[in-house]
Amino acid sequence: MSTASQSYYDRRGMLATLGKDGLIQIILILNTVVMLAPIVIMLFAAFKTNAQIFQSPFSIPDFSNLANITKIWSQTNFLRYLLNSVIVTGASMVVILTLGTMAAYAVGRYKFRGSSFVLMFFLAGLTLPLKLAIIPLFILMRDLGILNTQLSLIVIYVAMGLPTTVFIMTGFIATLPNELEDAARMDGASEPRIMWSIMLPLVRPAMVIAGIQNVVPIWNDFFFPLIFIQKDNLKTLPQGLTTFMGEYTTDWGVLFAGLLLSSAPIIIVYIILSRQFINGMTAGAVK
Amino acid sequence: MPGSPLVARRLWITALIVPPLAFVALFVVYPIISAFAYAFFQWHGLARGEFVGFANFYRVLFTQPYADWTLNAFTHNVLVFFALMVLQNGVGFVLAYCLWRELPGAAFHRIAVFLPVVLSTIIVGFLWKLFLHPLFGVVNISLRGTGLGGLAQPWLGQGTTALWALIIANAWHMVGFPTLVFLAGMQRIPSEILDAVRMETESEWVKIRKVVWPLVAPSATVVFTLLFVGSFNWFELPYIMVGVDGSPHKATDVLGLYFYRTAFGDQSGSGQDFGAGSALAVLIFVFIALVAGVITFKLRAREIQL
Repeated sequence: MSTASQSYYDRRGMLATLGKDGLIQIILILNTVVMLAPIVIMLFAAFKTNAQIFQSPFSIPDFSNLANITKIWSQTNFLRYLLNSVIVTGASMVVILTLGTMAAYAVGRYKFRGSSFVLMFFLAGLTLPLKLAIIPLFILMRDLGILNTQLSLIVIYVAMGLPTTVFIMTGFIATLPNELEDAARMDGASEPRIMWSIMLPLVRPAMVIAGIQNVVPIWNDFFFPLIFIQKDNLKTLPQGLTTFMGEYTTDWGVLFAGLLLSSAPIIIVYIILSRQFINGMTAGAVK
Repeated sequence: MPGSPLVARRLWITALIVPPLAFVALFVVYPIISAFAYAFFQWHGLARGEFVGFANFYRVLFTQPYADWTLNAFTHNVLVFFALMVLQNGVGFVLAYCLWRELPGAAFHRIAVFLPVVLSTIIVGFLWKLFLHPLFGVVNISLRGTGLGGLAQPWLGQGTTALWALIIANAWHMVGFPTLVFLAGMQRIPSEILDAVRMETESEWVKIRKVVWPLVAPSATVVFTLLFVGSFNWFELPYIMVGVDGSPHKATDVLGLYFYRTAFGDQSGSGQDFGAGSALAVLIFVFIALVAGVITFKLRAREIQL
């Protein structure tokens, strides 16, 4: 403790400090209740019947009553939607990280004419909302013959994710030291070999950040499937959710079970990796 | 062969740069340029017709019923932006300030406040739609249960409350984002500065206004700009909670819904018009780019380099 803070506490008195800290704790606890209550109510309701939901929405249910969950499992296309989301998100992430690392490595590691123009070209996409170009994108996908395929989604997600990925990774790659690279070059290693064996292992932390920043919006996206995908068997989870929410309008237990199952994957991953999620999702905003 | 390593190097850089560049050119740059071009043509369904100059823009801005719809939706976006500025960014700042003291439990509160942020807007929208149901929703059930039954109302069904219900749901969903961006900004304030402040003043208010707020200006710039872009791109939450027509009676209509309806047709699937839709997209686009540019520029000017 520095003397400054000691005199601060002397002057303020313990009581005032305790009062202030108490107020802060009350604000934080109230806020956490507001943040978590809807999720807890959803969790409880997924195990209740209609009557139980309407009469006692806050009561703890009998968690062994899996009727609603089984209904989602067996009577809807939930598993198919989940699988589609995994395929589309997974494929998009692989392509984003591959292409993003290639571009960032070229711009961040080599001096060549036009490199700043190339970077500008990628960063232009950073602030422009691609949603507003949906009409030309729709026509482009139709002309390429990939409307109503998962490829159309993968392509658009890669386009959406490349600017932030190139931005985050270029900044990181440019700061890596030259010594290892130069030594390898002296030994006659080829440029691809240097990139693959020496530099890429060092780039991994930036890949995690860029990966998380992209994976959440892609996993959660609803807008592009809404426009590009009509076939039920190709729908992703958020889009599929709208389908079965429309079918079970009167069966509230099933509705909440559907919401619970749809949100469970990302909530579980978030609880395990909360630090990485928070760092990744605020990466662009925190310098 | 002299010069061959140089050629090889050049080939290598080209091989690295061309695939991502081609991808961005085809799926980002080309569609955005096309979006501008399309607005100057007449459209027959999915087929482009003749060049019509500014006719589409004139139509959505100055002829009825488009002009009223455009103004109505735009006004709602403005309201959403200012309301969220208080309910999302303002509350976020207060929460960040509370978390910054690192009292016991702060780590848990930090994880809790960010939890809704990772959820899909679709899940959040449906969840709140069920909560706000006039008869069976938990909000009205709680009001009745606590003797405040008089306050129970069809939150999403009446023009006076529907937009505010959406705003509250959005604030619940996203408040964790500004909170943690502000918190990161506060944690970067050097401890020498904070010690010096403690010598000078006891007032928490003076400390916030004169020291913390100016020093988190870079976070504020980012959070304000993102909220602006987000507010004028608002689509998913209203789409799920009040439908594509912005019910009731367009009381919740915003530019995103209006653009979608104009381009791809309304609930009944009629009225699809790529010309008017493209003109709207260009107007929204230019407006967002201009204002976001001004906000960033103005706010950057007051940032202090530490």
